[in-house]
Amino acid sequence: MEIAFQVFFGALFLCCFMCLYRIGRGPTAPDRAVAIDILGIVIVGFCALMAVVTGKDFYINIAITWALLSFIGTIGLAKYLEGRGFDE
Amino acid sequence: MNSIAAAVCFGIGALFNLLGCIGLLRLPDVYNRLQAATKCVTFGTLFIMVGVLVWSGISAMGVKAILCLVFILITSPTAAHAIARGAHRSGVRLWKKSVKDAYREDTETEGK
Repeated sequence: MEIAFQVFFGALFLCCFMCLYRIGRGPTAPDRAVAIDILGIVIVGFCALMAVVTGKDFYINIAITWALLSFIGTIGLAKYLEGRGFDE
Repeated sequence: MNSIAAAVCFGIGALFNLLGCIGLLRLPDVYNRLQAATKCVTFGTLFIMVGVLVWSGISAMGVKAILCLVFILITSPTAAHAIARGAHRSGVRLWKKSVKDAYREDTETEGK
């Protein structure tokens, strides 16, 4: 079972590095916004796995908070790309 | 038994996350990357949350996992839609082999 969890953590680490590559390399600004959004969701899954492995509750709270903040940040980036204010 | 079912859920979730991120790395333009990455990664993370629920049963952790699941299910497509709209309005071109741009046709006919 421990080996299985190590494989899952390795897969999610690989996902994070792919997103970081796209953030650094991405030719346009929306590419970077997409990669930041995806990185946030991957990290939420990572925190949930961490909660199961360590058996501590508070990692799930971190996951919920991270999902909230990631969503707000992504909406802000999208509005910035569109060139409008937040109230339109 | 519960732990094996949960591990299967985690495995499906990690696999879908990996495939989505490979799509993010490999596809040619913003819109293709957006649709591959958003759908696959949302599904994968949902499966990880279902795995947490199966692992812990209806406890504090399980209920929080349900909350997080519903939240991701609502917000992730919304964020993807907002980014696609922002990218299109900020003037990012489609890939040169794309065949149809319905959003631009609609906005052009509205303008006339």
